[in-house]
Amino acid sequence: MNNDCLAELAAVHKSYGKTVALDGLDLQVRQGELLAVLGPNGAGKTTAISLMLGLQRPDAGAVRLFGRSPESFENRRQVGVMMQEVVLAPELRVREHIDLVASYYPAALSPDAVLEMTRTTALQNRPYGKLSGGQKRQAQFAMAVCGRPKLLFLDEPTAGLDIQAREMMWATLRHLVDEGVSIVLTTHYLEEAEALADRVAVVNKGRMIAAGSVNEMRALVARKHVTCSTVLTAEEVQRWPEVETASRDRQGLRIVAGNAEAVVRRLLAADADLQDLEIRRAGLAEAFTELTQEAA
Amino acid sequence: MSTNSLALSKDWTTSDAMTDGRLWRAYLTEAKYESIRMLRAPAFGVPMLVLPVIFYLFFGVVIAGGVKDPRITTGLFSGFAVLGVMGPAMFGFGAVLAMERDQGLLRLKRALPMPPAANLLARMLMALLFGTLVTSAMVACGRGLGHVPMNAGQSLRFAAITIAGTLPFCGIGLFLGTMVKGQAAPAIANLVYLAMAYLGGLWFPLPKSVQWIALFSPAFHLNQLSLGGAGAANLGSPIVHIAVLAGVTLVFTTLAVRRLARLG
Repeated sequence: MNNDCLAELAAVHKSYGKTVALDGLDLQVRQGELLAVLGPNGAGKTTAISLMLGLQRPDAGAVRLFGRSPESFENRRQVGVMMQEVVLAPELRVREHIDLVASYYPAALSPDAVLEMTRTTALQNRPYGKLSGGQKRQAQFAMAVCGRPKLLFLDEPTAGLDIQAREMMWATLRHLVDEGVSIVLTTHYLEEAEALADRVAVVNKGRMIAAGSVNEMRALVARKHVTCSTVLTAEEVQRWPEVETASRDRQGLRIVAGNAEAVVRRLLAADADLQDLEIRRAGLAEAFTELTQEAA
Repeated sequence: MSTNSLALSKDWTTSDAMTDGRLWRAYLTEAKYESIRMLRAPAFGVPMLVLPVIFYLFFGVVIAGGVKDPRITTGLFSGFAVLGVMGPAMFGFGAVLAMERDQGLLRLKRALPMPPAANLLARMLMALLFGTLVTSAMVACGRGLGHVPMNAGQSLRFAAITIAGTLPFCGIGLFLGTMVKGQAAPAIANLVYLAMAYLGGLWFPLPKSVQWIALFSPAFHLNQLSLGGAGAANLGSPIVHIAVLAGVTLVFTTLAVRRLARLG
């Protein structure tokens, strides 16, 4: 493990009975990065995080956290955790939950600072059991960051949040990365990974099927989207060999093509009055779908 | 953003050592919030704090009000007090722990740097706190309304023994909490709780032919010690009672802790 690698799974296998959760997974979390782990349901994302946190042991392969066994108690003092399915004591108030978790860390932030940073001050005196689903996620996020962790594990942190709360959490995550915190994030919202991640790891059936920056992921899908206003019909364009699909909606003609430049040249030649031409690369969502379908 | 800058003004990646003071604070904070949450939970607090006293007032004061035999008045008083300290230990550990296991809270705590055994010690202190509140209320009712013949010294001795007697039931509750599913836990904890109370002869002695069964109930041993503390007639040797209760505490706690370490 090199110096800037904080957590690592090396050729890890993990099964539950006959179900293979991880099948030789390699995954590294580097210093100061936000790594988004993507994958369909049951891909092995949560198992991977559990192993890094020392909550489970691998059947084979190696797991290291800060260069040591993930079960080391010292490691836990450098880690913040937000789990997906957890029910906290409903009788305690948000501020009390933060105070409790902060007490476990040697140099935690004060509850006031955490509430301010995570924009949860308005929730501080409310019993946890009376919060909405999204507010509970915000409270859990505050608990995850209160110990000033070097490495933060966030499992679906923005599930159930409204747009405003989600953007506020994104802003806090960006600030944490700026402060040098490394973050491992699992999410089903691909726009979240697109907006935040320095690196993306796509996991399917317990194996890593692609890893790289968001742009590198997008580049894995060669096709581009072309939209324009034209008198040409979708059926006519669909017959061109460079075109994968063509359809028409209220915005105009929508074309998906491997060689978009050739399609544009042909469009301009066929329709001199062509307007509102727009070319867009494939998004992360498209890359994700294609990668996981290929691996299936 | 100014708010974030303010919160993050301390160097984020500084690694401070956990001082002894902070470690103590962590244990105390865990105990404080464990007690607060249980006191705030009406489904736990009311039955654990109020019901034993109401039962005693009804059966020991109203129904048996005319009875002057100190063996009966003190026997009922001690029996309901022992029942009162068993409840928070059995349910606070057994039922609540099992539910928290199912709901992922113990898993989260394992991932966090919670000091070793802080959660168990916190629950134990919570059970002792509830035991203290119930025993204090029982002593006040017993002396004030139940005509229990105890002087101040005997009252204190009775209270100290009964409250300390919470610990074996914490061990049993903890073991139950690691063994059963959350949904089944309240029913199973109730079953074990009532069986121990009944078989331990807390309210009335078992028929002579089956009285030997009481020896297998920790409630019987605690009740005999408590009766002794109150200066009332009791059965058996205190050394044997203490040994049984210490053994129960040790065995069940050890089994449960090993199971928790393995399964979470």
